Amino acid sequence: MTEQNRIDCRFARLRGEGRKALVTYIVAGDGGLENTVALMHQLVASGADIIELGVPFSDPMAEGPVIQKGHERALANGASLRKCLGLVRDFRQVDAETPVILMGYANPIQRMGERAFADAALEAGVDGALTVDLPAEEAGPLSALLAERNLRNIFLLTPTTSEERIREITGLASGFVYYVSLKGVTGAGHLDLDSVRDNLEHIRTFTDLPLCVGFGIKDGTSARSVSAHGDGAIVGSVLVSAVDEAADLAAAKASLGEIVSEMRQALDR
Amino acid sequence: MSKPGAIDFSTFPDASGHFGPYGGRFVSETLIGALDELQAMYSRLKDNPEFVAAFDYDLAHYVGRPSPLYLAERLTQQAGGARIWLKREDLNHTGAHKVNNTVGQALLAKHSGKRRVIAETGAGQHGVATATVAARLGLQCTVYMGAEDVKRQSPNVYRMKLLGAEVVPVQSGSKTLKDAMNEAMRDWVTNVDNTFYIIGTVAGPHPYPQLVRDFNSIIGREARRQSLEQFGQLPDALVACVGGGSNAIGLFHPFLNDSEVQMFGVEAGGEGLSTGRHAAPLNDGIPGVLHGNRTYLMEDEDGQIIETHSVSAGLDYPGVGPEHAWLKDIGRVQYVTADDKEALEAFRRLTRTEGILPALESSHAVAYAMKLAAEMAPEQNIVVNLSGRGDKDIFTVAAIDGIEV
Repeated sequence: MTEQNRIDCRFARLRGEGRKALVTYIVAGDGGLENTVALMHQLVASGADIIELGVPFSDPMAEGPVIQKGHERALANGASLRKCLGLVRDFRQVDAETPVILMGYANPIQRMGERAFADAALEAGVDGALTVDLPAEEAGPLSALLAERNLRNIFLLTPTTSEERIREITGLASGFVYYVSLKGVTGAGHLDLDSVRDNLEHIRTFTDLPLCVGFGIKDGTSARSVSAHGDGAIVGSVLVSAVDEAADLAAAKASLGEIVSEMRQALDR
Repeated sequence: MSKPGAIDFSTFPDASGHFGPYGGRFVSETLIGALDELQAMYSRLKDNPEFVAAFDYDLAHYVGRPSPLYLAERLTQQAGGARIWLKREDLNHTGAHKVNNTVGQALLAKHSGKRRVIAETGAGQHGVATATVAARLGLQCTVYMGAEDVKRQSPNVYRMKLLGAEVVPVQSGSKTLKDAMNEAMRDWVTNVDNTFYIIGTVAGPHPYPQLVRDFNSIIGREARRQSLEQFGQLPDALVACVGGGSNAIGLFHPFLNDSEVQMFGVEAGGEGLSTGRHAAPLNDGIPGVLHGNRTYLMEDEDGQIIETHSVSAGLDYPGVGPEHAWLKDIGRVQYVTADDKEALEAFRRLTRTEGILPALESSHAVAYAMKLAAEMAPEQNIVVNLSGRGDKDIFTVAAIDGIEV
């Protein structure tokens, strides 16, 4: 399809403006299902370019303790893949522009059925999916179903990904490439900027897709440092912590607003 | 012997780790490199004469193999039908079949040059078997164990510590085996450069279901030979308990091409299949994706993994090895259940009639075998995998009896 997807539009605009993307992650239903859409709007108001909405799963294998607990709280609040799709639909009532990606694990999608999921995602106004435990060799059918609907399938590349796989994955990827900055789980603290730079330069020789960097990004300084070599920064654990620590919706909005604004300013400086 | 056109079971999994639609590799990208490396190393070593000789040596002199195939005469009399033979994996060093696999994976760890091993454990048997081989090879060892299981299985926790392992209680999720496996995966993803992950069952991403099966297949190879020697023919039926399914596949696999041998995998019926409180994904689950492979799972309508229930901690797992999922679908193996009550009865029965204290896991197999034997003729033979000894379970049984030990 030639029709542009919201993710592509956003990156095209940012490139035109010479700016970097700020990708923000929260867990759907964390802090209350009724509050998630308000938090999404707050992220946008404070300068987020793309929202990654975490779909909670009982066994989030790739997450560090902060996001694991976010998944547990969200499940206790009654969140599910179906409810996440409903939240995106509600968000779209007000915001027709900001790209939304569902980030989660394979099993809830398997349970719904890949085709049913792709249909529902399109209908709800989702723009792409990132399924952590669906690597390239298992992702073919879902990728095709998403592509038929002009939805993007986001893949991870990591410091351990071989050159052969970088070629294979960038061939299958769309939207942008999510570069995992370190060996570890989300929220880990051992970011190595030299390695990030070298790896991004290497990946760049294989693809023109935007390259965004996630894992280990905690503030404006680290966001700015990693995005210097790529097209954007992805932040998750600090936002999930902020939602957890907030006493109510107003406090959560204020806290997210502060963190995201600071990152936005650092990226635009 | 297999008929022309029949499936040759020795050729599975396929190159990408699938058993029919099951298995595969559903992990985060960070681990793919390590899995490729492991697969390449295993492919290179598995038929290498030196590697095979080293494994056989360890099985003979460290584990104490072959384990006997024992005719349980009084149990047979009481069941009133086919002869019941017990494959005595309980007599292995560390008291269960788990050590067959850890000895094999320890050899792989040694070849990999990695100086640290990690493992997940439920009841603690695989943790003990891993800590044991780590001590023997001087490897650093960390075992992840659900915080609930740490409480329930304190003797095994102490055994692991005596062996020099660090035991990490896992506080996330349901605080049981599945969460321990999540945490071990998280450790591996972080320390993949210096750490070898010794998975304890035939689940996980490819090549684990294959290599854990291969290391445990010594059980079936011996049982096949012993059957021919001791009763002059192949068994009519094999029975083994199935949690993740490593002892069962170890017994079954060398017989899969023998179409005349019937096989029964016994899942944990817990409080009864109809109550939903059990650990029987093959009987009452649905295919999905967990812990790196596609298989039958216990999950809710949103695809969230649900808590399982069994009197036996070693069967308390919401998934099952992908090869079992496939063997169920194609009808080669029948998967049945024994509930908590039946397993406890079998535990007491075997202890009193044969002087053998079986693990509560293995008691599920004994319970079903007695029912099956009663429906078969006296000249027929059933081989039951007595996968582990029950010393670790005396506290559980005593608590059920209201006795303080």
